[in-house]
Amino acid sequence: MTQLQVKEYPSEPLKCWEQAKNLRKNYYEDYLRAHEKGGLRWAGGAWTFSAIPAGLGEDVYCITGEPYGATVAFFKDFAARCHDATEAAGFPRTLCAYMRNYWGSILLDKYILTDGTVLDGYPAPDFIWQDHICCSHGKWYQLVRWLEKKKGKEVPMYCVDVSVGYPTDSDIEEYKVNYLMEQLNDGIEWLEKVTGRKYNDRLFYEAVWNEIKATSLWAEICAFNQAVPAPLDEKTMYSLYVMGTLMKHKPECVSFYQTLRDEVAGRVKRGIAAVPNERYRVITDTQPPWGFLKIFREMEKYGAVSVGSLYTFGLIGMWEYKPDGTWSPRSIPPRKPQTREEALRAIVEWTIHKPEWAHFYLPELKTKMMTDIVKQWKVDAVLLHYNRGCEGLSLHIAENRFGLIQAGVPVFPFEGNMGDERDFDFAGTLARLTAFFESVGLKKLRE
Amino acid sequence: MITAGVDVGAKFAKVVILKDGQVSARAKALVGFDVLKSASDVFETALKDAGLSRGDIQRVVATGMGRNAVLQKPPINADEAVSEVVADAAGAFQVVPTVKTVIDVGAEEGRGIRVEGGRVKDFVINERCAAGAGTFVEAMARALEVKVEDMGPLSLKSTNTIPMNAQCCVFAESEVVSLIHSKISKEDVSKAIHDAIAGRISSMVLRVGVEKDVLLMGGVALNPGFRPPLEKELHTDIIVPEFPEFVSALGAAVIAANPAR
Repeated sequence: MTQLQVKEYPSEPLKCWEQAKNLRKNYYEDYLRAHEKGGLRWAGGAWTFSAIPAGLGEDVYCITGEPYGATVAFFKDFAARCHDATEAAGFPRTLCAYMRNYWGSILLDKYILTDGTVLDGYPAPDFIWQDHICCSHGKWYQLVRWLEKKKGKEVPMYCVDVSVGYPTDSDIEEYKVNYLMEQLNDGIEWLEKVTGRKYNDRLFYEAVWNEIKATSLWAEICAFNQAVPAPLDEKTMYSLYVMGTLMKHKPECVSFYQTLRDEVAGRVKRGIAAVPNERYRVITDTQPPWGFLKIFREMEKYGAVSVGSLYTFGLIGMWEYKPDGTWSPRSIPPRKPQTREEALRAIVEWTIHKPEWAHFYLPELKTKMMTDIVKQWKVDAVLLHYNRGCEGLSLHIAENRFGLIQAGVPVFPFEGNMGDERDFDFAGTLARLTAFFESVGLKKLRE
Repeated sequence: MITAGVDVGAKFAKVVILKDGQVSARAKALVGFDVLKSASDVFETALKDAGLSRGDIQRVVATGMGRNAVLQKPPINADEAVSEVVADAAGAFQVVPTVKTVIDVGAEEGRGIRVEGGRVKDFVINERCAAGAGTFVEAMARALEVKVEDMGPLSLKSTNTIPMNAQCCVFAESEVVSLIHSKISKEDVSKAIHDAIAGRISSMVLRVGVEKDVLLMGGVALNPGFRPPLEKELHTDIIVPEFPEFVSALGAAVIAANPAR
């Protein structure tokens, strides 16, 4: 094949890559070994109000369910065993794929680490601290309780109902804020009761402040990808945003994102590209099929780079519309909370604006954010993953497709599953993607 | 300029040789286990029919799911490979310059393509399951114990509508067997099968929208039982060109003639 000559940008690996790997590795190991250090373990989703249990002490470690489900998915052999176990237990394969991976791990009584090491004995949490926004979140952990009970362990559970809608142009209504604050305040009492520990409000304020800073920093990092060439590609971003899904309330997360932010700013200044032959910019939507991330490398053969997605930007990153209409990192409150009430209010008012919550209520809000990303990030096309593994984030996705097309954005939809490889046809998707790239005039630059 | 388009499909390889914009030869044959050999044999046949040798062909473009098997591999030595979607659009535009919507149903894939001036505006392809494609008709013909080429004419004899809910080839075969056991005539079952395929293809094509002129191509377009239910589902007239199974190869030959497109 004739090699096409295109402009090549300078590129270099991320200097903080090893730091990211170690943070994630230590997270899962800390949870595993928490009891050895006299600490506590808790489980909940990536969106749960994780700053609240932080008030129980500095030796309290959590495991968030979705990232663990994604880790399982990345190791396809182990994921297949988890699917077999959940299906043998009577659960249908149409349920959330992360949830099935997670349950499968418990059913197998195995725990997987980030390097793929599978350990005997699933480390049961001491309590569950969850929130409920998608159709699976609450049920997920009710089942975890049930599964652990069958193994002889009683795991108390607290679930916060966050179904208060998404604020649009108007201010958040006070009763909605109060509804969440009251649940969280009750939850603090509940935590003291089930753990027997005295709650430390100072640690709580710090955790709230960390979460606000970390989630705003991540948005700041994503905003740098508006530069051409993009300093980060989405495949790499998956390994970076994950810190916000694991430990958004912890100082390590803030510190890592500050380091990353500075490095990415430097890359933009020096014109360092994530993908040297960048000539076509796309964004994706929803979680990718984790076992097939090589599809991003295939895209690069055409000079196509994914510069992110509403998912990668807004699952954890916090954003807002500025007076000039730009979608930008959310400004942090003027000062750190000083009282429990202030801290509760701060975290509720912050969290309620999570961009990825918007489309649970109105698909138009998601379409608007996506079309604004297309404009601001200089995006040429959108690849929509019709993700059979996540009902929550796939909600309304076909309507988003229509909205984007109406806005004049080329869209490539593909079916798959973030956590169950049986629902993803790699060769077929690649063939369709090839057709899409050719249809927009791209030719393959290299094999 | 003399160019060739080679469409290496799931079931058949098709070759079109184009001389100064006019078709000078067409050839097709089944694709065997050795894809390169099958395609090369068809290519040789087309060359012979046109009274040409490989050296006379200035550019060859390959398409179809087996296109990479002939890319820069002798004796075909295709210069470039393009996806079916791009070749379909170019071929359809060559056949019907006013075409806006292309429906291509081959052995294993169904495609809906929105076209503007021979270029792709949007497209959709069936995901994974081949229940709406030609292989499905073959499987159903086996279940009905009729020749595949008789399926279309048989269905046109029926005026009854028997709903067939199955979307999956495997389950549809069970459903056909059930219909046979219920003493439903072969004509009615055949029509039910064509209605089901038309329903499946139309729902897919509607995702990209339908605008006239609509062209139906691919091997399944040769089946006279398929167009009527598809027209009914899409509420539009559909053009089936002469040699509908060669449109993609023709598109590849057209692209070969316009390398700087």
